[in-house]
Amino acid sequence: MPEVHHSALAEQFDDLPQQKEAATLGMWTFLATEVLFFGGLFLTYIIYRHTYSQAFAEASKHTIVLYGAINTAVLLTSSFSMALAVRAAQIGDTKSLVRNLLITIFFACCFLGIKGLEYHDDLQEHLWPGPHFNKGLPPQAQIFWFLYWAMTGLHALHVTVGLGLLSVITWMAAHGKFSAEYHNPVEISGLYWHFVDIVWIYLFPLLYLINRYS
Amino acid sequence: MNAPITSRGTYAIIWLSLLVLLLATYIIARFDLGALNVIAALTIAVLKMLLVILFFMHVRHSTRLTWIFVAAGFIWLAIMIDLTVSDYTTRGKIHWTEVSNSEPVSDSGGVQK
Repeated sequence: MPEVHHSALAEQFDDLPQQKEAATLGMWTFLATEVLFFGGLFLTYIIYRHTYSQAFAEASKHTIVLYGAINTAVLLTSSFSMALAVRAAQIGDTKSLVRNLLITIFFACCFLGIKGLEYHDDLQEHLWPGPHFNKGLPPQAQIFWFLYWAMTGLHALHVTVGLGLLSVITWMAAHGKFSAEYHNPVEISGLYWHFVDIVWIYLFPLLYLINRYS
Repeated sequence: MNAPITSRGTYAIIWLSLLVLLLATYIIARFDLGALNVIAALTIAVLKMLLVILFFMHVRHSTRLTWIFVAAGFIWLAIMIDLTVSDYTTRGKIHWTEVSNSEPVSDSGGVQK
């Protein structure tokens, strides 16, 4: 291939496809560690839901399903615009790339904003575990709410990291750093963003839906 | 070796499918179906995840080596959950003489102190 001397090609790689493959594998390796990182919390949830099923059912009825559902739609839509951004990068359409990245950033901000409103309502209902925890709930319900804050909090942290990542990528894209031949950072950030979406795809039913009528 | 470029239409169909699945899981959760509620919610979550991984994350067009890397994380997660759950769900049911006087961990009553 004539592109062997492309300026974006690092010297340890033979060609750009090999470089791209290495970047993809590296990101998936990182995502595997993320799967197990969140997996520990999901496992904790499974064990305690099994152990204190009644308290968990009571506790989960206090999550606000509408916020959760809207935020799921917001994140899914941000994944859609991210996919379109990567597609724009693949065909070298810088204008569309920047536009779709900005749309993704917008939805990421929406997600955090809605989550903030929800957190506010949760706190009003005294759903923060501790001495002032909601008196109408059994004490074990605090375990559910501990997991709620830990899991959604860590997820929101990931969204925030993603926001930073997307901002850098958008800046790079606007300064013409990417082309149809080389856009690995866009692809890789996309993988990260979709992963954050997948975590929420599981958080939504587990925290908001499945104990509703048990 | 460059992956084929997916059309915007395909991405739009995936996005709409994801929203339909979200609506479905939201509606199903409003009905009391017993154990089916959990099964339905998690089945839909898995479907949504597969759509995102295969289409949005391009794994559909990725090399076999990538497939192995993708599967690895989930396989280890499955092992972790499977072994831990099989431990917790059988405690108190199998009485080894050494631990026969220890309290069973499972307390499905939940509400009592």
